[in-house]
Parts: sequence; structure tokens; C-alpha cells
Amino acid sequence: MRSRLRHIIRKELIQVRRDRRIMAMLVVAPLFQLFVFGYAVTLDIKHIPLVVCDRARSSESRKIAASFPRSGHFDLVDETDSPAQLTTNLVSGRALVSLYIPHDFSKRRARGEEAELQILIDGTDMNSAGIASSYISRLIAHHLRTDEVSISPPSMVTHEPRILYNPDLESVNYMVPGVICMILGTVMTAVTALALVREREAGTLEQLIVTPIRPIELMLGKTLPFAAIGLLDVALITLLARYWFKVHVAGSVGLLFIASLFFLLTTLGLGLFISTVSRTQQQAMLTAFFVIMPSVILSGFMFPIENMPASIQWITYVIPLRYFVTIVRGIFLQGSGMEVLWPHLAALIVSGGTIFMLSALRFQKRLD
Amino acid sequence: MSLGRVYAISEKEARYILRDPRSLAVTTLLPLVLLVLFGYAINFDVREISLAVFDPDSTPVSRDLVQALTRTEYFRLVRMLPDVNDAEHALASGQAKAVVVIPTGFGADLAAGRTVSVQSLINGSDSLTASIALGYLEGMLQDWSLRYMKTQLPRDSVQIPITPKVRIWFNEDLSSVLFITPGLIVVILIMLAALLTSQTIVRERERGTMEGLIVSPITAREILLGKLLPYVVIALADVVLVAAAGRLLFDVPLRGNPIILLALLLIYLLSALGLGLLISSIARSQQVAYLMALIGTLLPTILLTGFIFPVSSMPDALRAAVQLHPATHFMIIARSMSLKGASFGVVLPRALALLSITIGVIALTVSRFRKTL
Repeated sequence: MRSRLRHIIRKELIQVRRDRRIMAMLVVAPLFQLFVFGYAVTLDIKHIPLVVCDRARSSESRKIAASFPRSGHFDLVDETDSPAQLTTNLVSGRALVSLYIPHDFSKRRARGEEAELQILIDGTDMNSAGIASSYISRLIAHHLRTDEVSISPPSMVTHEPRILYNPDLESVNYMVPGVICMILGTVMTAVTALALVREREAGTLEQLIVTPIRPIELMLGKTLPFAAIGLLDVALITLLARYWFKVHVAGSVGLLFIASLFFLLTTLGLGLFISTVSRTQQQAMLTAFFVIMPSVILSGFMFPIENMPASIQWITYVIPLRYFVTIVRGIFLQGSGMEVLWPHLAALIVSGGTIFMLSALRFQKRLD
Repeated sequence: MSLGRVYAISEKEARYILRDPRSLAVTTLLPLVLLVLFGYAINFDVREISLAVFDPDSTPVSRDLVQALTRTEYFRLVRMLPDVNDAEHALASGQAKAVVVIPTGFGADLAAGRTVSVQSLINGSDSLTASIALGYLEGMLQDWSLRYMKTQLPRDSVQIPITPKVRIWFNEDLSSVLFITPGLIVVILIMLAALLTSQTIVRERERGTMEGLIVSPITAREILLGKLLPYVVIALADVVLVAAAGRLLFDVPLRGNPIILLALLLIYLLSALGLGLLISSIARSQQVAYLMALIGTLLPTILLTGFIFPVSSMPDALRAAVQLHPATHFMIIARSMSLKGASFGVVLPRALALLSITIGVIALTVSRFRKTL
């Protein structure tokens, strides 16, 4: 048995090696993704385009208008005298925020009355709009705090926030676990989904059936090389994160590999299962895609599960990727160990075992 | 170029698609499933953040602050902590995303006119939720403090502040469905179109039917065009379905000119299909083509084109690079035309960029694809 298994594995590895591009896809792509996404994904909005219409023209109004670009969050794209120009800029997308300082602003301030600033925000992207709006309140609060005419502090309650586990809210810290999950959760399913159909389409499946190879050997031979590549990816990503991005890996690397191994059982098993229920490679791919997309979206990798409605939250419990995302994040960022992560690991083991068993049974039947 | 030969290739490709009902079902159902998921399940509006509070002061004033924080939809009180040392555990175990620590003597200090400082601990693992939670807390503490000063302190000792009167346009409720639906069409189109067409040519090569095509009088361009047309039809059907569903289920408006939007969409679609064909003429097996299409479109389109994360905050080099991605431009076109009712003149620069990318992709595909083995 052992030597037959070895031959199948060798055959798969030769096939992978012969096509250099597949190696590139499986090894280089995840590293490249980490680089790009590590720098790209951030909601820390830096260059919000701003138009200003200052009708007050007082020293205070000029100071307020200047404080926006100086904060580093806003880029002044236009200054105008006509309020109509403000809306044009917003519709065309040249500006996201417009600031209008009415002409009675300074008079009201001098009389000690409540003075207004009119701010228009393009709400199309509700994330940016919400964040821009919170920056604006902070800027104005800061202006009041440093302003010489104020007689009382603008706020008697100050806020001392402390961000734990990812103090700088660096997106790379958030992306490293994400890329590991994506590569194991999507790419590995996609590759194995083609395993059997490829042989069938190429007409080599009959040859495999007439050999003394048993289905379980064929199945292991088809999955083990990709499991090895998957674990290699995990190792590479972890090294890159640690030594290039200086991400502090707070938890145990051993636990990370154990969890990855069990998670691979589910993704490779799922891929094999799809492979047994598909006739052509195209069918297998689209089926895999149909399964992968919703599970990525519902896994909590990009969108927090707590924000989903209760009924959908229940559905997420059947998605193995969900548990893996929690574990990987826990290990990387929070330094969680078994005492916190065991329920998630148990869920992975159960789902991995079940899926792999099911596809093994299905595989057996399919070959007989 | 002979239309008859193009038609023959298209017909053959269409037969291949129709013979496989499951694949056809996936291409039409997946966009709808995603739309419903994004519409009902995915909420970018971060609400009901689980909050634990440590309040050793426990005076009416401090309780009023806790109430003010948790009465809103933004925070949900999960636990009052008996001890400040429980704070870290509440965060580490995932029980709470944020902890607010009110200092001892909070009420007394405020009454004496002293400024007090409220501490908060936020789980930063999910940097996006954390930065939003931070913003909420900041704003709510500010509001509460202002209300306290106005009601509790003598009138003339309080400075009347500047009020920013913020109005939100185009998406007044900051609803994420309005933001997502036009973007989702853009994302789904490029993924499905590239995935489907990435198989077409390499499949012929893998199955050995390419030789048959080579010896026939059909030209390379006719093959490309013939392969493309059936997928244009499928993709357009998807667009109509998603747009109709978005309209019916979520009231997503179309404020701009539909004809112009459709014309621009066709240009965008051609770039996506062309990308698939390009992959197909480079790859040597369906497996590689699939991986290239999956890795090349899935995450980059979701993460880099402004679908969720704003392009403007990316580093300069990356911001320049994503201008080469057709979805970056069409994302802006789709959103401004559907939500803002932008006219053609307003989106013209984006339309030109999109057109040049499409021409570039098609030209590259035509030059890469040879009628050889």
C-alpha cells in the first residue's frame, strides 16, 4: 500500500511541477497577495477630497478651514465663493466633503451665540462618510479646546482609548490571518475539485481503475501533495509576516499548524466531493465557486459575524472557514491558546472528519 | 472576417453551455445569492457592538453615562464587570469587543467642575470594526459631556460651541445596500466573465479539438469573437437579474441615463471577457486557467477596486496600479450614475479610461492568441 501511495503522490507532484505556472499560483500568489493587501486594506481614510466655501472670512473661520487639510485626513481640492459650486463638486465626485462657513459665523461667535458650520458629505460610500463625519467632530472639538476665546473646556469628559492586540490598527495584522484563510479555504478546494474530473476528461481514469490502486490510496495521493503545499504556504506567510511586516505572532505556531491541518481536511475533502459529483472541469469549477463565495463572505473574514442577523449567524456555524478564521486571528493577534480556542478547534475536527469521511465514501462508490 | 463562421463558433460554444444545466444555473443563481447575502446578511453599519462596563463609581451620573452609551443601537451591554481585572478576559474570550472603565469618583469630580477621564479598551484584531467603535465612543462621550454641561452647570460658565450641521447626500441613511448593489454587479461580472471565458480556449487545447479548428479556414479573430458572444449574453442576463432584484428587494435607484450606463457596461464587460480569453490563451491547462482567474479576480476585485475599501487611502504606488483595473473605473461610473444621477459629461474621464483599458486588453489577447499548438 505504501509504495502504491508513493507512486500516486509522485505522479501528482510531477504533474504539478511540470506546469510551472501552477506552482506560481500556489506559492507565489499568496505571498504577493499578502504584500498588496497588507498595504491596501484600510478604512483609515487619509486623503478625503474637500471643497471649502468660506463666507465669513474671519481669522477664526480661516483657521477652521485650514485645520482640515492640516489634520492629514483631508485634501483641499477647491476653494470657492459660490455655494452652488460645492454641490457640483460633490456630484462629480471631485470632492467627498464640502464645508460651508456662513457669513454670520463670526458675528454669532462674538455674541456668544451658537454658530453653525454646514457640512455636506457624499454618503454613497457609507463607511467613508461615517468616518469623515467622525473626523470632523474631532477637528471641531480640538479647535474649541485650543481656542483662546473659550471660557470653559469644550468637554468635561475626556476619552482615553486603548486598542488591544493591534494597537496601531494596522491592516496587515488583519490581512495576514486573512490570506492564510483564503489560500487554504478557497484555492485548495478549487485545486482538488478538479482532481478526479481531470482524469476523467483526459480519459486516464479508466487506467487508474484497472490498476491495483485502491480508492483510498488514490484519494490520499490526490490530496496529500496539496496538503503539503498548503502547509508550506502557511509557513511562508508566517515567516514573511514575522520578518518583513514585523507582525508579532502572539500565540503558538504549533497550534496554528495543527489547526491548519484539520482545516485542510475540510477543504480538500470538500474539493474531492465536488470532484466526484461533477462531469466536466468547468462544472467542477463553477460548483466550487458557488460553494466558496458564500463561505468567504459569511466566514467573518471581511464582515464581522456579530453584525449579521440572528438567522444568518446560525448558518455561519456550518461554515468551517468561520472557525478557522477565529483560530488564526486568535493565534496571531490575541495570543490565544487552547483554553480559549478549543471549541473552535473541536468544531474544525468534527467538520473536517465528517466531510473527509463523506467524500471518501462517495469517492469509493464512484470508482467501483 | 465572416459572420457565418463566427456564428458557427458561437453556436458550438452555446451548445456546450446549454448541455450543462448545473453550470448555467450557477452562473445565474450565484449573483442573486450574493445579492441577497449582501443585502440581508452583510451589514457594514457596525451596530450592536458588545460592550462590557466597569463602573466602580455607581452614582446616578455614572449610570446615566452607561445608559447613554448602551441605549443606542451602536452598543449592546453584555456585562457589568465586578473587577477591573476582568476587562482583559472579557475581550480575550470574545465576550465583549469593547470595555469602558469609568473612574472612581466620576460623579463627584464632575459635580466639582473637574474634568474626568473615561478609559476604554477596544479589541483591535478586526481593525475596521475597532476604528468604527472608537469613533462611536468618542462621539457619544462628547455628546454626553455637552448635555451634562448644558443641564448641570450654571449657564454663564459654559461656552456655547460651534455645531457642525452635517448633512449626508445621495445615500441619506448611509445604507450599505445602496452602496453595495451597484458595486456587486461590477464585482460579480468580472469574476464570472473571466472565469467562464478563461476555460474556452484552453479546453480546446486540452481536449485536442484545437487541431480541428486550426486546419479549418476559420481565422484566430473569428474564434475569439465567436467564443466571446455567448458569454456576453449570459453576463447581460446576470446584469438584468441583479439590477431588477436590487430594485425590487432593496429599492436601489437608477437616477442616471440607463442607455449610457448600459453602453458603458458593455465596454466594461468586454474588458472582463477579454481578460478571461487572455488567461485562456496563456494557460496550458484548465486547472491553471481556473486558478489564474480565481486568484486574479476574486480578492483583488473585492479588496482593491473601491468595492469596500476606498482607493483614495491606498499607498500612492498601489493607487496608481489599480487605475489599470477596469473595475476601478466602472465602480465609480456605476455608483455615480445609479445613486447620484451623474450625467455623461461627469463620468466621461472614467469612461475614456475604461475604454482604453478594454482596447488594451483586447489588443493583447489578439496578439497573444495564435492558431498554433
